[in-house]
Amino acid sequence: MTRPVSEPGFAQRATLLGVAVAALALPSLLTVLGADYYISFASRVIIYAIAATSLNLVLGYGGMVSFGHAAFFGLGAYVTAIAITEGLLSPLAHAGLVVLICGIVAAAIGAVALRTRGVYFIMSTLAFAQMLFYVCNSIKGYGGDEGLNLKARTELVAGLTLKDPTTLYFVALALLALLLWAVSRFVPSRLGRAVVAMRDDVDRAEALGFATYRLQLAMFTAAGMIGGLAGLLHANAQGYVSPGLLHWTQSGTLMVMVILGGVGRLWGGVLGAATLLLLQEVVGLYTTHWELAVGVVLLAFVLFARNGLAGLPQAWRERRARKAAP
Amino acid sequence: MDPVFLLEQSLNGLQFGLMLFLLTAGLTLVFGVMDMINLAHGSLYMVGAFVAAWLQQLTGSFVLAVGGSVLITAAFGMLLEMGLLRTLYARDHLSQVLATFALILILNDGVKLVFGTDLPLSAPEALSGPVQIAPGLPYPSYRLLILGVGVALAVVLYLLVARTRLGALVRAGASNRPMAEAMGVNIRGLFTLVFGIGAGLCAVAGALLGPLLAVQVGMGEHILILAFVVIVIGGIGSIRGALVGALLVGFVDTLGRTLLQQALREVLPPQWASAAGPALASVMVYVLMAGVLAFKPQGLFPARG
Repeated sequence: MTRPVSEPGFAQRATLLGVAVAALALPSLLTVLGADYYISFASRVIIYAIAATSLNLVLGYGGMVSFGHAAFFGLGAYVTAIAITEGLLSPLAHAGLVVLICGIVAAAIGAVALRTRGVYFIMSTLAFAQMLFYVCNSIKGYGGDEGLNLKARTELVAGLTLKDPTTLYFVALALLALLLWAVSRFVPSRLGRAVVAMRDDVDRAEALGFATYRLQLAMFTAAGMIGGLAGLLHANAQGYVSPGLLHWTQSGTLMVMVILGGVGRLWGGVLGAATLLLLQEVVGLYTTHWELAVGVVLLAFVLFARNGLAGLPQAWRERRARKAAP
Repeated sequence: MDPVFLLEQSLNGLQFGLMLFLLTAGLTLVFGVMDMINLAHGSLYMVGAFVAAWLQQLTGSFVLAVGGSVLITAAFGMLLEMGLLRTLYARDHLSQVLATFALILILNDGVKLVFGTDLPLSAPEALSGPVQIAPGLPYPSYRLLILGVGVALAVVLYLLVARTRLGALVRAGASNRPMAEAMGVNIRGLFTLVFGIGAGLCAVAGALLGPLLAVQVGMGEHILILAFVVIVIGGIGSIRGALVGALLVGFVDTLGRTLLQQALREVLPPQWASAAGPALASVMVYVLMAGVLAFKPQGLFPARG
């Protein structure tokens, strides 16, 4: 799994620049084409990319198979919605509350769940997420099982709110870019290497003197906070939150995005979120039975592409190399 | 507390627990012995319920519907195991999650295509009335049937695992799979059969619970998580653990929903009780699981050893 850390080459830099330019130009392009609806769609992709990337931190780099990540996504959305219902609109207050509350909850869940390993860890995270799901189902004051409509949105400055799709798009894009930059800096750092060493062998890392439990807990908490921020954006994008955001199938979807895109790869979450949502959208244009088609594609994927979408170029290179060398 | 009410709720808890046991028996073996996370197990429960509802429409008979559904679902489960799931045993948990999650999507939509989003399934006419089982306690006779079938199947399953050659082979596999294989046990072939039996038991639970709950697409997703909770509480791979875990979860869930809410109403102000009650009741099962894991991290009856 571990790859040598190298400076990005020219081709990679060019690709990155191309992606950045395309992402920045997308809203204007879509407006010119009269396809405004797709700005919201693109925002959804970015929001899920943030959530999936935060899960990838835990799952891919940390090796902790968390099956309850939607809890933080949903909690972030709920905190935002409740703050707005109580008349609080400031972006700093929203972000602060989301980071604080999701951080506390993630630390509490992680503190207990990280005492278990393997499938027991998977099941513990799932159980805690289910608890939060039921809690959100029963807060009658804020919609209960029917969910909660947002009567306003996060207000960046006077008059500029996240209700405007283009504003939301750029805020989400900025957050995603920041996150990807942070992850790309983190992984080759001393701490990042320690985390990857823990993934490959916890006992060995512990024997080497790393405080594995604390490091894993810190990763888990950070990922919960970032997942919550994705939820903040999601609540603003949809104008509505519901307990369904915390359902285990939502955690499963985030996990599918990460596996699809590439576990432990920088762009894994982005590729997975974009692929899955695009697939749903495109198949949904032709048939109401998109689940069937998406399921078949995912299944084919597990059976034939083992390292995720982000792993495909490497797999192709290796195949070409094998063919070239007789 | 009213003893008649307590008895009624205990019977309900027992009945739910037994149905959970039918759902988890196959799952825990596949999980424990093959180290396979099968999220699509709940879909077999859904398939079983739909096939039963369809057969009831066709034949008009509840008994034929349940029996036919068990056979069809078991055959379907075995085909699924041979065609797909078998190739996943050697893969990591993430691949298994992705593949079986995909399978949920496929089966949900497949059932929708074949049967529609929901089907009516009704209890047999003869069992529509209540039976007086204790002074002052009329109990629905259909629920008694579920209880009876559940107890009978639990006993049969226990005998099968504890007393037969097949059961001994399965237990050997659960305890130490490489050793069992080295001794010449064909674990792969055995597990196609185990999977088929597990699928058949899912169909029993789906068909019997169908008239009480709704037969609809997505019904498997809710019950699946409870099934996993049961398995983790009982100890992954242990049939005995699944039985104890299922009964515990059945009781805690049912009694939590009724007795706990009643108790809360007595100690808390009404608006607090009505707000905290449902959340607490739903969460009880997960609290139970966290509590068990805190003291017995391998579950109550670890299968390996």
